[in-house]
Amino acid sequence: MNYIRRFAGAIWILLGVAAAYFLIVEQAIPLFTKGDMESLVPAIIYTFILAPIITGGMCVFGIYALQNEYEL
Amino acid sequence: MKKPIKTTMSSNLSSEAFDEKKLRKVIAASSVGTLIEWYDFYIFGSLSVVIATKFFPSDNPTAAFLSTLATFAAGFVVRPFGALFFGRLGDLLGRKYTFLVTLLIMGFSTFAIGLIPSYSSIGFLAPILVLTLRLLQGLALGGEYGGAATYVAEHAEPNKRGLRTAWIQTTASLGLFISLLVILATKKSMSLEAFNDWGWRIPFLISIVMVGISYFIRKNMEESPLFAQAKSEGKIVANPLKESFGKKLNFKYVLLALFGATMGQGVVWYTGQFYALSFLQKVANIEFEQSNYIIALALAAGTGFFIFFGWLSDKIGRKGIMLTGMLIAILTYRPIYQAMYEQADVKLKTEKPNSRQIRTDYHMIDGSVTLNKVTRTIYSYTDGSQLLEETTEKVSHIPSIQKEKPLIKKTVHVGQQSFIWLVLMVFIQVLYVTMVYGPIAAFLVEMFPTAIRYTSMSLPYHIGNGIFGGLLPAVATYLAAKANSANELAQAAGQVLPYSKPYLEGLWYPIIIGGVCFVIGLLYINGKDREIND
Repeated sequence: MNYIRRFAGAIWILLGVAAAYFLIVEQAIPLFTKGDMESLVPAIIYTFILAPIITGGMCVFGIYALQNEYEL
Repeated sequence: MKKPIKTTMSSNLSSEAFDEKKLRKVIAASSVGTLIEWYDFYIFGSLSVVIATKFFPSDNPTAAFLSTLATFAAGFVVRPFGALFFGRLGDLLGRKYTFLVTLLIMGFSTFAIGLIPSYSSIGFLAPILVLTLRLLQGLALGGEYGGAATYVAEHAEPNKRGLRTAWIQTTASLGLFISLLVILATKKSMSLEAFNDWGWRIPFLISIVMVGISYFIRKNMEESPLFAQAKSEGKIVANPLKESFGKKLNFKYVLLALFGATMGQGVVWYTGQFYALSFLQKVANIEFEQSNYIIALALAAGTGFFIFFGWLSDKIGRKGIMLTGMLIAILTYRPIYQAMYEQADVKLKTEKPNSRQIRTDYHMIDGSVTLNKVTRTIYSYTDGSQLLEETTEKVSHIPSIQKEKPLIKKTVHVGQQSFIWLVLMVFIQVLYVTMVYGPIAAFLVEMFPTAIRYTSMSLPYHIGNGIFGGLLPAVATYLAAKANSANELAQAAGQVLPYSKPYLEGLWYPIIIGGVCFVIGLLYINGKDREIND
């Protein structure tokens, strides 16, 4: 099981990258290009709050898993 | 697995700490305060439509911008910041002092929202004040939960920690339930015009009474015995934030708590309560009052299960219950929502013969040569359901004026049998919430050492709930809207519709997030760690 725990880390890193793509490319950029003030708030939140937390968190979690930090 | 850095502390608490009467007082003081904070937080959300008309007129772009900021910032951004700010205070100064402060901030903000003159009276100052107070509400809520859960857990007997902290877990649902009841009761006691004019302020104003009572109960409580002991032994860390998030051995558990537990819990919680309400009102078109009654009844029937699953987690472990709840939820959401949709779908019902009522009115539009033609048609069905279809179209005697597409608004009032079925469907979802959420306070408390517990458990909780859960309405609506437009495009092109049930597409968000969380929780969480006296 520890082997699976360790190598699943790569999946979490990929998921983090996929979340960044979804939040920035799919969500934030279309909102930024709309240009109105109402769309700007969610666009800023997606780019500068959510993407760093979700992507950063998932990637660090994946790296820790690859380093065998979660061995049971 | 290597254990996190934990300050060693002897666990020889006196038997007085486990005194039943004292414990009940601790639980009551903590739970009532947390319940009031949730109530305060939810009434703003439940009354957002009225608040928007009073403070954020939609025809003014700046006011609309402030409204969006109030919705997003308070829900997403400020709660985790509140968790960091008050978590740090709680780990430095004590749990009791900190959650007294959060209670007062929340109470003051809520009461003050009820006093702010409308936009038409004081202009831009009104939305700015509302936004500021809403941000304070988010900040206070971010600091409250971790404090209350930690305070109760640090008083509780080791073998009943799940049961004791489960009372704190009931508060979020009860807060929502009470907010719905107060709003419905206030609405019932006056005309709709009076409610929209001034009556909406009552739920905000009465909060001050509840906060006052809760403050005096909490004020007389003692500090948590574990924190007091840590303090007397000089085991308080100078910088809880650095200790929690700057050290790998602690930070990895913060990430595990987030991705293996609170992320999935957040989406199950929001789906079972908020998305269910939004689905009933916006997709199934069930009338406002009836949909609120459905949620309120399901919450009332389900809330006791928080205690049950908290108790059960002391017997059979927390991990199994939380992950089972998450798994059943993600496997059954689509059939449940399909069944909910069908209960309100009038196409599946039989219309009563000769029962259709049609009424047409014409309304003048100021300064226009057109009239609004409003046709109200009431369809009655054999199961007692009714559909009100309101069609508004602009009519003019001048032929050159281009005809606009009529606006059609549908409102369904379901019959008794469908009503019971809908309550049952929402109740099942509340049951999932209780499985995932009931044991989680004890689980989080046991994950972190006393010196950094408040800070470390608050952040993953509020990111899981505020961000992953809070994102649910926006992402689910986006997915459903995308499916709808794909269907419309295909229909216009004469192609086969790509989505047979576009109204269920929004559920992919909780299903995927819950699924990822389930796998992470299953693989990485150590279900045997029940140690707290460290």
